[in-house]
Order: sequence, then C-alpha cells, then structure tokens
Amino acid sequence: MLIHEQSQPGRRATAQAPLQLADCADIPAAQRRTTRALLPEVSELQVVRHYTRLSQKNFSIDTHFYPLGSCTMKYNPRACHTLASLPGFLARHPEAPDHQGQGFLACLYELQEMLKEVTGMQAVSLAPSAGAQGEFAGVAMIRAYHQARGDTARTEILVPDAAHGTNPASAVMCGFVAREIPTGPDGDVNLEALRAAVGSQTAGIMLTNPSTVGVFDRNIQEIARIVHEAGGLLYYDGANLNAILSKVRPGDMGFDVIHMNLHKTFSTPHGGGGPGAGPVGVSQRLEPFLPVPLVARDGTAYRWLSEANRPQSIGRLTAFGGNMGILLRAYVYARMLGREGMKRVSEFSTLNANYLMARLREAGFEAAYPQRRASHEFIISIKQEAKAFHVNAMDFAKRLLDYGYHAPTTYFPSLVPECLLIEPTETETKEELDGFVAALVAIREEARTNPDLVTGAPHTMPVRRLDDVRAARQLDLAWRPDGAPA
Amino acid sequence: MPFVPHTPADIAAMLGVIGVAAIDDLFDEIPAALRIGELAAIPTGMAEMDIARLMQVRARADGEPVCFIGAGAYDHHIPAVVWQIASRGEFYTAYTPYQAEASQGTLQLLYEFQSMMTALTALDVSNASLYDGASALAEAVLMAVRANRKAKSSRVLVPRALHPAYRRVLRGIVEPQGIEVVEAPFDRRGGHTPAATLDSLAGAEGFAAVVINQPNFFGVIEDADELTDAAHAQGALVIGVVNPIALALLKPPGEWGTAGADIACGEVQPLGIPLSSGGPYAGFLCCKKDLVRQMPGRIIGRTLDLDGKPGFTLTLQAREQHIRRGKATSNICTNQGLLATAATIHMAILGAEGLERVAAASHANTRQLTALLCKTAGVEPLFDRPCFHEQALHLPAPTADVLRSLAADTILGGFDLGLDYPELDPALLVCATELRTAEEMEHYAAKLAEIIASQTVPG
Ligand SMILES: Cc1ncc(COP(=O)(O)O)c(C=O)c1O
Repeated sequence: MLIHEQSQPGRRATAQAPLQLADCADIPAAQRRTTRALLPEVSELQVVRHYTRLSQKNFSIDTHFYPLGSCTMKYNPRACHTLASLPGFLARHPEAPDHQGQGFLACLYELQEMLKEVTGMQAVSLAPSAGAQGEFAGVAMIRAYHQARGDTARTEILVPDAAHGTNPASAVMCGFVAREIPTGPDGDVNLEALRAAVGSQTAGIMLTNPSTVGVFDRNIQEIARIVHEAGGLLYYDGANLNAILSKVRPGDMGFDVIHMNLHKTFSTPHGGGGPGAGPVGVSQRLEPFLPVPLVARDGTAYRWLSEANRPQSIGRLTAFGGNMGILLRAYVYARMLGREGMKRVSEFSTLNANYLMARLREAGFEAAYPQRRASHEFIISIKQEAKAFHVNAMDFAKRLLDYGYHAPTTYFPSLVPECLLIEPTETETKEELDGFVAALVAIREEARTNPDLVTGAPHTMPVRRLDDVRAARQLDLAWRPDGAPA
Repeated sequence: MPFVPHTPADIAAMLGVIGVAAIDDLFDEIPAALRIGELAAIPTGMAEMDIARLMQVRARADGEPVCFIGAGAYDHHIPAVVWQIASRGEFYTAYTPYQAEASQGTLQLLYEFQSMMTALTALDVSNASLYDGASALAEAVLMAVRANRKAKSSRVLVPRALHPAYRRVLRGIVEPQGIEVVEAPFDRRGGHTPAATLDSLAGAEGFAAVVINQPNFFGVIEDADELTDAAHAQGALVIGVVNPIALALLKPPGEWGTAGADIACGEVQPLGIPLSSGGPYAGFLCCKKDLVRQMPGRIIGRTLDLDGKPGFTLTLQAREQHIRRGKATSNICTNQGLLATAATIHMAILGAEGLERVAAASHANTRQLTALLCKTAGVEPLFDRPCFHEQALHLPAPTADVLRSLAADTILGGFDLGLDYPELDPALLVCATELRTAEEMEHYAAKLAEIIASQTVPG
C-alpha cells in the first residue's frame, strides 16, 4: 500500500512543524497556492512503520551477497557514516567562511592528496558528483585543452564497444561525436581498428582498464602511444580502480585524465541509486582546466579555490561544489585502510574473482575469457544453458534472488551473449562464494529438470516478474487521488 | 586487514583452486614496467577508535554557528525519523534498483517521491532525482531545447536574479552543445524580472526556453503568471526553478499563467537534507506529460507482475545511457537516490500542512529579522517587493568586514551580494528559517548595530 493510501484528512505529525501557522498576508493573493498539495496525512508512527517495512523489501549489501559487476558492492563501513555525520560537519553551511571549516577542509585536502598518489595523477578535483559527471568534466577538459591550443578540428572521442553507456553519452554531452572501437577476441582493444580510427579529428579515447569484460588490457602502453601520436588524449574510466589499487596507476599507464567512483573503490554507499562522488585527476597539461572548487593549503590554513582563482577552469558542476558528505566518508575509509589496506583491496578482490571464476569453470560454466586472468570481476556466459534448456541469463539472475543472492550484472557488456558480469569484491568470505557457486549449479540443474521453475522466477520476492512493457506503455508514474495515473 | 575476512587457510585453499602459487601471480598480465611497489605517500591504516578521535576534533573545530545564510541551502528542522530510516542498511547499501523484484522498497519509495514532487509542483511527472538543483536546471534546459523544435532557437533566457552559481553551472553544461544563455536584468526597485524584458530581448530568433526563478535569488516573489504567459506567447517553453518549501505557500509552476510552466526543477535540500557544507543534496525535475520522453534520469513506474499484482520498476529506460549510449537524453547514471529517500520520508511526516507551517514561519521570521536589522541607520531593504524567506539588505559599511565581525561572534550573517552583483554593493542577503529564535535574531540585530556604529565614521 502506498503511503498516500494510508492518509486520513486532518491527521498530522504535530511534533514536527511549528505550532502556529504564521501570517503571510503580505504575499499577494494572486501568488499564493489556493489548494494544498496532495501529500499524505499520516502519523509519525505510520511513517516509521511504512518506510521500515519498505526497507525490508530490498536486497542490500548489509543483507545479501551482491555481486553486481562493475558496481563494487563491498562492505560500506559504518564508521564512515557515523563520522561523516558528526554535528559539526552536518551543520556547516556551504557559504560559511573557510576559516569556519578548517576541520572539514583538512579532510578534503588530504583526500585530494591521497587520490593523487593512488592514481599517479598530478592534480585532483573532488567536484564531480558521480562517475558520469566526472566523465563530463574530463571530456570537457580535453575539449578545453585542444581549444586553448587552437586545435579545434578534433571532433571525435573514441570509445571501445565494451565501454559503459555513460562514456559515449558524456562525450556527446560535451559536443563530440563518439566513435566505437571494437574489442578483440581476447578482450583487449583491437589495435588495428584503433590505428585505423585515429587521426587529426581524434580528441581522445575513453578507456576502462581493467575493462568491463574483466581483463587488464595488456597493450595499454601501445594504445597510449597510438592515441598520443595522433594528438589525442587518454581518458581513464576509473570504475574498476578497485582491481589495481596499489598495483598499477593510470598516471603511469599514460592517461591524461581520469575519474574515480568513490562509491565503488572507496566504499561509500550506493543509497539505492546514489549519491556517489566522481573526483577527476589530471596530468600536468590539463591541470589549469580542473573543475572548481579545489582545496588549497597555505601553510596550515585551508581554503577553497573557485572561478576567480582558476580562470581556465571548465567551471562548476553543481551549485555548491560536490557531494561533501560522501567525500568525508571516502576520507575515513582511506585512512582506515591506509597503505597496507589499499593493497589488500586489489589483492583480495582479485583473489575472490579468480577463485569464483575457477570454481564456476570447474562446475562446467563457460567463462567468456577463459585464457585470461580475471581482474576483480569476470564474465560467464549462459549461452550453452540457454540453448540446451531455453533459459537465459535473466532467468538465472531472477532465480538467484530466490536463493538469497543479488543477481550479477546481466546483458552488460553487450558483446558477450547471455552474460553475467560477476564482481564478488574483497569483503566476501570464501563460504559466501562457495554458496553462490552451489546456487548457480542448483539453478542449472533446475533448468534441466524443471525449466518453468527458473523461467518463472523469482517466487519468493514481494512480487513476481514485472511487466516492463506495460510499465512503459501504460505509464503510471505518480499516484493520483482519482486513481487515474499521470 | 580491515574488512578483508580471509584466513591464511582460506587463501591457501583458494590459490590451490586457481592453480597459482601466490596472490601476486594473479597480476601477471600487467606489464612489469608499470607495476608499483607501494603507495608511499599514503599513511598507514588507522583503527576505528583513532580515526574517530581525529574526526571528532575536526568536526568540533568547525563549530556550530547560528546560521542566517540561505542563498540556495536552508537550515530547516529535520525530524529524527528521517535519517534514522534513510540510514537503514537496506536503503543505504542497495544499488540502483535494476533487479526490480529485489528492490521493491526503493522502487515504491521513489514512486512515492515522484508522486509527492508532482503534487507540490502541480505537474504530471517527476524523475527520481538528479545531482543538485543547478545541474537539474542544466538538464531542464537541454531537455527544453530538444523538445521545442518549433522554436528553431537554441537560446534560453535566464533571469540575472537567478542564483549566480546556478547560472555558472548552466553555462558550463549547456554551452558545449551550442546553446546560448541570455540574461534578463532585474528591476532595481522591485528586485523582480519585468515581463517586458522578454520581448525586448527576444530578437528575431526568440527563445527555446525561458527560466523563471520563484522566489528569485533575492528572495523576491516574481510575477510568475505574467512571465509564463509572455514566454508562451513567444513560443518558448517555461522552466520554473522553485524551492519545494516555498511551494507549500506559493502558486505551483503547473498553475502559472494560462497554461502553466512546462518544466519545474530545483533543489531538494530543504526537504530533510542537512547543510553538510554543500552536499550531498539532490535535484528534482518535473514536467508535463508530453515531455516525459525527453526527461533525463531514472523514472519509476507502477505496473503489474505475472500474477496481476501491482509492483514498481524502472521504466522508459530507452531514454537512458545504458540502452541508448550516445543518443541518451543525458549521461546521468548514479543519481542522489538516498537524498530522495530522506526527502520522501520528510514530506510524508510533515505533510502539506506541516510544510506550509515551515514556509510561513520562515517567511515571518525573515520579516521580523529584517525589521530588527533595519533599526540600524543605513540598513534597509534593497527592494520593495514582497519576499519569501530571504531579504536583500543595503549596508552602510563594507559587507566583508561586517560578516567577519559577526563570524567572530559565531553569527553567520548572510551572503555577500556585492561579489556577484557589484552594482548592489555593499549588500547582504539574509534568511531566517523557522529554526531561528527571537533571541538569536535580537542578538544578531544588536551585534550588527554595534559593528556598524564602530565602522561608520561620524560626520
Ligand atoms: C564502467 C563504468 N563507467 C562509468 C560508470 C558511471 O558511473 P556513475 O554511475 O557513478 O555515474 C559506471 C557505473 O555504473 C561504470 O560501471
């Protein structure tokens, strides 16, 4: 039942609003609202019960193994939340003077410095709100760089076909044409195709390494050379940074600009869709273009640098400069891990992924790139099972829910048919991984003996499979009192 | 090993299954020349009790001054329930609800969010959040330019009385796509944007969209009806940038003028989100039904399951980057879902009447504060039109000096308008929400009087 359907006229949570309805007679009647918005009229207990019950209809990291590939669903330490929520941090107004934010700015400055070290980049801006906004900022910097040199004929950004959808979308938002580069059969970028595609029109390339197919591109130095020689710049999509933390750095691979997803590698929560944080790092030549604000240190004092201090900046991405509370969480996480802990992140996420891939192969599942090492994630293809039993990857995904596992990423990247992109992360135990293997084996057995059980899954969730076609055709996007959907 | 559960026995067993001798062998595809030893500049790890001590010291150092700044972020009461529930692990640690059957909690909640936002704005549909109010405006403009093919113009008109940071963000995001942002001046007496300026600025090309900010950055209530009709008469779409708390009191965008605004967007922060130095906040975006396919971001729809039981799912995904890639309506993927969660709980608790009480109390407090501050000679309202919960004041002394002296007394006195509007200098934008007490306001007024007296050279 919707909260709206529990509403009774005249019911209120009276403790939560001013006792009086103050006089607003000076506001002209023509500008006033004439009827109250139809928001629910419910008690405080009704609200608590309703949303607590809704929460119980979710899978989450705190309740379930959540091996969603490309999303790094690892444990989000509670300390990060508690410490970023200290009253001094929460109460601070964004326009409060810098001298009344020294504690907060110190954390952000140190985070900026740590991210430089982690990525091997020369400078970092914490401004972008998520990965995609980091991509926008990064591509905008590439654009600004070429423009500042009068090199304005560079109209294309190259994007491998395995790339996340945000990559081409961000390139287009910055006014570029996104041109696709094929991936070779071994999972690395097809170098011949790349050589043929670069030219004086190339502004840059956006690469994810390890890529979204779960392998490290062994030719990265050659790719960097090809693109740089053509006058283009290299953009690094840092969604998979978890796999290489403290092993290899984008700056050393030759990348000019990168974004990180702190809500992946630095374990800030996903919140059912967000918020995230997508800091960008750059090499020396792009430093003047970084988005504002940046934190600077003068002696022992910290201050924001904004448009006035950074005339070549691509500017501001949000009104108040970023998801500060998320940055504080990432800071706490980074300090708790420290140098040794960061190394363990890549080591144990890679160990877990390779172990899980080996176990699944042993059990007869088909890995998409069996000849390759897995990074922190890998793909299995349900192609054989689909052919033999007429169940597809989505059916496996839905049936996994009944077994108490969140599904892996399905049908991405699209170049592998019937794919499950599996990312176990470093915070899962061996027992959990073994249980997941057992579930996939059991589902395959069900597919063989009782395929309806699998194609009709899930059976134990609050709802059964939903009609997506109906959702898109008969739009019902908001509750209406007369029951007539908008 | 913080957060890594592996025992030595686990590691040995796992390496055995993989068939390698050491974890390091798993990285053997990375070219050796690129491998690094360790991250020398990262400090060693800290235990929770140690990082807790450090963070407590730093949070305390920032103090908790009394806040009279608004300027796009507002210090409202947040019921304890809001974050106790929003921080539940089931909401806090879930991903975007791609697996609908295992995400009905988040999905239903966001459907309720969409329902509440459409009720507040009196528009048909809402998305499930964008990064913040300013980036939501940029997305609204991109959407309007795409939708308004009739106008054959890629110019948009925004009031100069719109938040300066919103105007900067807007330009940065839309100009790479060839959209021209034109600014409409404000009236120096009223502080509002006169509808007549729409015609004088239209030129031959006209505008694809006209932005109306209600209330505007100065807190002044605009003639939204007149502006909307004037924009529509030119063939432009109307985008309202609105404060959701103000919507409890003021006419909603869907009812502006004869036809209503086409799109409304703004900042969710006043609905239960802490100030937190500027984020995470969330943007909202609502529109008329016929524009829904141009909307950016996640949209949740109600549908039926195999048994005919109602349920919720992400819908109209063919607009989004994971399906349409370069042809998507936006590149946004991760949004600000947890903040939308908090806002939904907040709106459910307060209800329309609670929000109206908050809005009215903030309005009344700001009027009272204005009266108190204006007792000091030379302090006076900059504009003569009615305001919502912010007031622009002329000062008889340099604003920066006044604010510095107030800050020394733990008062955040307001936003220095002279920085972005040199023609108004010295000027201050103040705000007193429902949280400010009579004592706090009197204390502020007394301090201001003292500071001005000490700064103004007699004669
Ligand atoms: C490879 C890759 N790139 C980019 C993104 C976009 O990041 P965000 O969702 O933070 O905008 C994602 C996240 O899903 C991703 O997996």
